Amino acid sequence: MSLSTEHLLGIKYLNKQDIDLIFKTADHFKAVINRPIKKVPSLRDITIANLFFENSTRTKLSFELAEKRLSADVINFSASQSSVKKGETLIDTVNNILAMKVDIVVMRHPNVGAGVFLSKHVDAKIINAGDGTHEHPTQALLDSYSIREKLGSVKGKKIVIVGDVLHSRVALSNIFALQLQGAKVKVCGPTTLIPKHITSLGVEVETNLKKALEWCDVANVLRVQNERMAINYFPSTREYTQLFGINQEILDNLGKKIVIMHPGPINRGVEITSDVADSDQSIILNQVENGVAVRMAVIYLLAQQIKR
Amino acid sequence: MSRKTLLTSKEIDIILHRLACQLIENHNNFSDTVLIGLQPRGSFLAKRLAKLLEEDYQIKNLQLGLLDITFYRDDFRRRDEPLEAESTQIDFLIEGKKVVIIDDVLYSGRSVRSALTAIQSYGRPENIELLVLIDRRFSRHLPIQPNYRGRQVDAINEEKVVVNWQEEHKKDAVYLVKKQ
Repeated sequence: MSLSTEHLLGIKYLNKQDIDLIFKTADHFKAVINRPIKKVPSLRDITIANLFFENSTRTKLSFELAEKRLSADVINFSASQSSVKKGETLIDTVNNILAMKVDIVVMRHPNVGAGVFLSKHVDAKIINAGDGTHEHPTQALLDSYSIREKLGSVKGKKIVIVGDVLHSRVALSNIFALQLQGAKVKVCGPTTLIPKHITSLGVEVETNLKKALEWCDVANVLRVQNERMAINYFPSTREYTQLFGINQEILDNLGKKIVIMHPGPINRGVEITSDVADSDQSIILNQVENGVAVRMAVIYLLAQQIKR
Repeated sequence: MSRKTLLTSKEIDIILHRLACQLIENHNNFSDTVLIGLQPRGSFLAKRLAKLLEEDYQIKNLQLGLLDITFYRDDFRRRDEPLEAESTQIDFLIEGKKVVIIDDVLYSGRSVRSALTAIQSYGRPENIELLVLIDRRFSRHLPIQPNYRGRQVDAINEEKVVVNWQEEHKKDAVYLVKKQ
């Protein structure tokens, strides 16, 4: 079995078999990263460039760790300290890096479709680590993997994505990934932060948080992305928290235990309170651990296609 | 495709008993020894030997692990078919233990080389030995030789040694198959 795609540009380019293969491979890597020696020599002759044109802590660390666990050579590039500042184009930047004999490029970029654009112009495997407000495929894969780990399977589960859906690449990738695996998806948030035509993706919109939580098995809570907001989408953070913030009291009144997820970083006390984030219902840290295993699987499976 | 029988089930049974006795000769009650079967094919032999040692030779508390070497192979991107990993089941540390790596056929030695690398993820063993059912002589790419061998076979590269186990094929047998 191998992946049906040459790159990982988004979940919409994957099929169910691809996701199953990634998860099956991630299971093996999860065992690897829990051993005394957390490293395998599979990618010893592979060089990977991490190109981050936007700030990132978790994703960048997770990719770098995954690459090093696979014994790949890793180079890191961040736009703030590069020639991009001097006006160099994306293709020139990447081609210069490829001239150093790089096999795989992991890229985060503020522009939608940057990964697709790059895949058409350069001879390397491209992994999209987030392109603007479009997709973040590895985050969606690790989210699904974490649900599968916690609840046994994703199929038939009810998942609500809560919060700033409008600015979220995690939301879109999650919608694609969850639906591909047979889950039911709803989105919940202020109407100003719900994209206008989102129902065309086959998801329902719920503006009442309590109703959404009563319906779901899993709540994937998104961060309010203030850095992407040029205008005010809600009157105040306090009001947002009162209407869409998840606290322990709301969860206790549900009469059932739902799973709480968050892609990070958390605005504690805004979209989620500290007691919820740190409770036994939260699988936030499991998501982080699974992120390394899932990214190892993606990199490994793409590297398998590189012939010398 | 022509097929020649190398070992019948009776011959395999005799060989397994001999290998078990050779192991006992060197490892006594196995208190400091662990058996590691290489996934997927070596695990059948390892399980069979472990069963024999426990039931016929009354070895108690035998530690048996199964090791997958997929991520340690050096032909990772040189194969037509992508490699699929099996599970590794080693729920004990091998630190300071005597390890016996078990595989069905020793051919180029590359799988064993991968296993030697993989085994280090579980600690530093006191020493490592190799047990194989079939040793294909004159086919080695690396300086690796078994400490215990069931049968030595001279086969050319166009021939393949196929080991069938009762658990999978209802009958134990080893065949030499000529590829067309």
